Order: sequence, then C-alpha cells, then structure tokens
Amino acid sequence: MVGGATPDRLSPAMPTTFPQTIASTTGESIAPISTLSAAPRPTRRYYGDRIYRWLLTCLAMTLPLLLVTIVAELLVSAWPSIHKFGFSFIWTSVWDPVGEVYGAAPMIFGTLVSSLLALVIAVPLSLGVAIFLTEFAPKWLRQPVAFLVELLAAIPSVVYGLWGIYVLIPLLRDYAAPPIRALLGWTPLFSGVFYGNSMLAGGIILAIMIVPYIAAISREVLLAVPATQREAALGLGATRWEAVWGAVLPYGRAGIIGAVMLGLGRALGETMAVTMVIGNRHDIALSLFQPGYTMAAAIANEFSEATSTMYISALFEVGLVLFVITIGVNAFARLLVWRVARGTAVGSKAL
Amino acid sequence: MTKHLTVAVLAIGAITAVSTPGAAQTKITGAGSTFSTILYTDWMQTYNKAHADVQLNYQSIGSGGGIRQFSDKTVDFGASDAPMTDSAMAAIQGNVLHIPTEMGGVPPTYNIPGVTAQLKFSGPVLAGIFLGTITKWNDARIAADNPGVKLPDQDIVVVHRSDGSGTSFIFTDYLSKVSPDWASKVGKGTAVNWPVGLGAKGSEGVSATVQQTPGAVGYVELGYALANHLPVGAVKNKAGKFITASAATVTAAAAGAMKDMGPTTDFRVSITNADGPEAYPISSFTWMLVHKNYDDAAKAKAIVAYTWWALTAGQVRAEPLGYAPLPKAMRPWLEARLKTITAGGQAVWSGPAGR
Repeated sequence: MVGGATPDRLSPAMPTTFPQTIASTTGESIAPISTLSAAPRPTRRYYGDRIYRWLLTCLAMTLPLLLVTIVAELLVSAWPSIHKFGFSFIWTSVWDPVGEVYGAAPMIFGTLVSSLLALVIAVPLSLGVAIFLTEFAPKWLRQPVAFLVELLAAIPSVVYGLWGIYVLIPLLRDYAAPPIRALLGWTPLFSGVFYGNSMLAGGIILAIMIVPYIAAISREVLLAVPATQREAALGLGATRWEAVWGAVLPYGRAGIIGAVMLGLGRALGETMAVTMVIGNRHDIALSLFQPGYTMAAAIANEFSEATSTMYISALFEVGLVLFVITIGVNAFARLLVWRVARGTAVGSKAL
Repeated sequence: MTKHLTVAVLAIGAITAVSTPGAAQTKITGAGSTFSTILYTDWMQTYNKAHADVQLNYQSIGSGGGIRQFSDKTVDFGASDAPMTDSAMAAIQGNVLHIPTEMGGVPPTYNIPGVTAQLKFSGPVLAGIFLGTITKWNDARIAADNPGVKLPDQDIVVVHRSDGSGTSFIFTDYLSKVSPDWASKVGKGTAVNWPVGLGAKGSEGVSATVQQTPGAVGYVELGYALANHLPVGAVKNKAGKFITASAATVTAAAAGAMKDMGPTTDFRVSITNADGPEAYPISSFTWMLVHKNYDDAAKAKAIVAYTWWALTAGQVRAEPLGYAPLPKAMRPWLEARLKTITAGGQAVWSGPAGR
C-alpha cells in the first residue's frame, strides 16, 4: 500500500505501511527504517546471537525428543507381546508367567480405581485445607500449617509404604473395618473379609500423598482471587460459607481443576507406597476390602526377575498402556481446564 | 589463568599415570541372584584380601538379569536361583556350565493367635493351603498332622511373593512335586499365577505381612527366618519325618539327591523333596553360571581359581550368613567339572594343586 490511500476496511487513523503513511500525514520525508543509518554491529556479536538461539533451540527440542524416544523404546520392546495378544491384553484377567498368558485388565482396573478413590478422599480434604488457610485461619496459623502440608510432599514414597504396613493397615483392620463392615458390609463395595492389604489401604495412602500437591496449588489459586469477589458476596448478605462456595471457588475453578489433575497424574504413577499396601493380587474385585494391583507396582515387582522374552515384553506393554493412560488423562485435563477457564480470569491465561 | 590451568591438568594426568598399578589386575564381574548377594559379596571381599591381583565385582540385579547379562557376555559369570532353560542354553550354543555354589532352604512361616507350638505341615496340606482348598486353620487335614495342638477357627490368609524370586521357584517346585493339582493348575516358576493370597514384595514384605496379619502363612528364605527369629513350621519329607529347616538338614537334602544325580550330572537338578531321613524337602541349589569356553585365558584361570576357593574354603562362611554349604561328597564332581573349562581350546585348570 503505497501513498496515502487507505483501504476501506481499515480506519483511516491506522497506518498500514510505516513510514510512507507517516510521510503522507506529516508531510515530511522520513527514510524507511531499513535505511536509517545505525552504527554497524560488530561481527562477533552477530554470530554469537545465532549460536545462542541455535543452542536454546537444541535444548528445547531435547525434551520432546526424549518423549519420542521413550515411546519408541516402549513400542519396540512391547511389540512381541502386542503381536501375540493384540487388544485382548487389555481385557484379559489372567497373568500366568508359567503358561505365558498375560492380561493387564486387573492392573488397569486397579490403577484407575485406586487413583479415583484417592481423588475422592483427597479433593475434599485438600480443598478444605486450602479454604481454611485462605479464609478462616488466623494469620499466625497460616504459614506453619501451609508449611506442614507441603512437608507431606517431601516424605519419600517408601516411607509412606512402611508407615502404611505398620501403622495404617493395623489401624484400618482393628478400628475402621469392623464398623464399616457392620454398616455397609451388604454393599458390594465393602463386602468380604478385610485382611489389611487392600484397595482401600492403597487408595488412602495415595490420597495422603496427593493432598499436598492439590492443597498447595489450590491455596495459591484461592489467594489470587481478588478480594472484591468475596467482599461483593458478603456485601450482598451471603454467609462466609456461601461467599466461599458461590463467589470465590467458582472464580478459581480452572486452577483448582488443574491442581486436581496434577494430583491424579501423581496418583496414577505412584509405585512403591502402593505396592507395599495394596496386596499385589492379579484380580478384579468390586469390594474395596479385597487386594488389587496397579500397573506401576506390577512393573516394579516383576521386572528384575523376568526371564523370558515374552514376559519382559508383556511388562513393557503394561508400561506402554500406563503411558497411554497418563497421556490421555493429561490431555483430558488440559481440555477440561480450557473449557472451564473460559469465563474466569484466574489462571486462564497461564493455562 | 591459562598457565595455572595447564599446570593443574598436567598434575592430574601425572598422578593418574603414576597411580595405575604396575601389576596386571584381573577384573572379574558377575551379576544375578539377589538371594546369594550376601554370601557372594562376602566371598569376594575375603578372596580379594588374600589375592590382591584379582578384583571381583558382583551386581545383584535378579536371576533374570544375571542370565541375560551372562548370555550377552557383559559379565564373566552369572548367578541364578533357577537353572537356565534348554532354550536359553541353546541360544548361547550350550556354552554354559551350572556350578552349584551353596544351598538355600525355604521354611513356611505363620502367625496364628494362640498357637505357640511349632506346626507340622505335610506336602499335600501345604499345597492345599496355597491352592485355596484348605481355608481354615482348624481344618481336619491340618489337625491330622498336628495332634495335640489346639487350632483356632480362623481363616487362613496366604501370603506369597509379588516379585519374581528364586525363593518362589524353590517353593513352587516343591509344591508341584507333592501335589499333581498344583502342577497342573499353577506349575513352578520364579513368578506364577497364584490361586489365592496376598502378594508382598521381598522376604521382608512377606514376613512383615505375615507378622501383621492374624492367621497368615507365607514362605521366606532360611537365612531370613533365622536372622529375624520368625516362627517356622516343620515340613514332612519323603522319608516321612517332619523336618525343620536348618543348614544341616538342607545340606542333607543335597547329599540325599546325589544318588539320583551321578557324577556326570549337569547339576541342573531340582533337589526338592529329596531322599534321606534328615533331608529338608524344600531345599535347592543356587548356581553360578560359567562359560564352558572363555576367550580370555587369564580371566578364565582367575575365575576357576576363585570358584574352586568358593566351593572349598569359602563354604565355611556360608552357615553363619544363613546359607547351607554343599555336601563335601560333591567336591570331586565339582573339581572334575571345573577342569573341563577351556580358553581357546586349552584347559585352564589342572586341579587344586596346580593353581
């Protein structure tokens, strides 16, 4: 677009081609930027810039490349098992290393159920902690409690497992299971005898492990909610609880869902603590009192002693399935957060 | 700055050049069974003190990993709780010898509230418990083996190993021999499709779960049971006696099995349910896997010398660590087997005198 003629779709005030338009509006002649004389740049800095940019690009590319190599390795090593079992691997319940028949259904079921149970327990708990810390706690209590909650994340997984074996399971067996059985023993969810190592213990341990993640991020999200939201609700006559539930939480829902998904991702991949309390049984059972198995626990347990090629390949396929499920959950989480974030301000830009 | 850097680099280079030992050091690496780790590392440290020119290294990555690395020749010898299968041996053109180095026993351990006496188990009863056909402690079949013991009306909670292990292999091998039901439904292996029970990781997991769960029964390695003073049961052997696992009774099992083995045995034998009045029925060898033919003669010589030391002088170190030594009567057979190891076609060892 040369000269002063501006197209109809643009407002006359908006220059289309700099600097010709300026020249036409001001009447002066200004040379285009490219011919403006500047001090010639030193040659060394110019190459340095290029090298710097190229280096950063390489570093940034290594991570996606790493992901690709992991997927490739999983696929290649799992191929014998994929070829032999096909899709029946996902719904077969038999795991027989002697007869060389492998099916991952109990492990997939166990992973999903234990993670879901962990979420059911952890989300109300973490949200409660976050809301307490931002809304109701006295100022002197906030930092210590927040610190203690975040300290839970620093405890190694194996220590959780040991605590589970020696403290949680006896506690559940002696004090929690009898009343639950008496009240709800007729439901399929709590039927059967409780021996200790069970899906319930696994879910509870996972819940304790993911609480710090969800709580810390939720707290940050709630802190970022502008005070005006709360004050507006209170000004309209809402109670403290109504203000939080109706004005503060919905404002931060995108961030909170992101936090929950982070916790879920952690729960799906957790290995050591789960394998020590879940009972390690290749079985699908509806009752939470029955032992179960998870994919990560199975791989950790059986990989070092797996001798035959098909056995190793089957374990790799379990790893591949776990990888796919984790990717799927993460993709779903992204989608969910994006949909929920439309209409809120907190966190929507970052996500 | 650059001058200082050059001086520093030269100094480091000089120190490393000087510190390399003048005498040629033979490095021998092994990998495999976690069950034998304690004994093998003890052997290697002791041997290295007496023979500074041989450096030994052992990685306990599991029998499966040991067999794999041995077959790939990444390590010089492997260690396994289960013998290599025919197909695995065929994959390396049969270039392997199984040398038994020590023995392990697997006693059953249990936790029954109110029962302090030692329980006796016969083979079919043990199989029934682990198959899930015997579900209560006061079952008539268990009571028949334990006259005079008041058994409670308590559910049996079976605990087995969730990780693959040689201990499971020995135990399931025994159960396959005493129960045709077990042999057809489950079979033997380092990892099997357990019909019932909870899985616990490692012997420590099994023992922790058994001790925490009233009515539980599981199986652990002998050394582990002794070190942790776990209540163990006596098992009925082939001769009909109820035997408690100990180093002596486990060694007696090998002595009893030697009749069936013969001097030309390849030692890939299972000695569970062996003959002999004092033999403990759930016993097994653990093997060191060495090549029949090595490429490096010096290394082969060093390996054979170390192995012979382990099979003779090293055996006294087995019992204090919770393993059972090999019967002395096996030594001539082992000596003859070691003499067959060659490097480049030449035998590397002519016997104990000619080291």
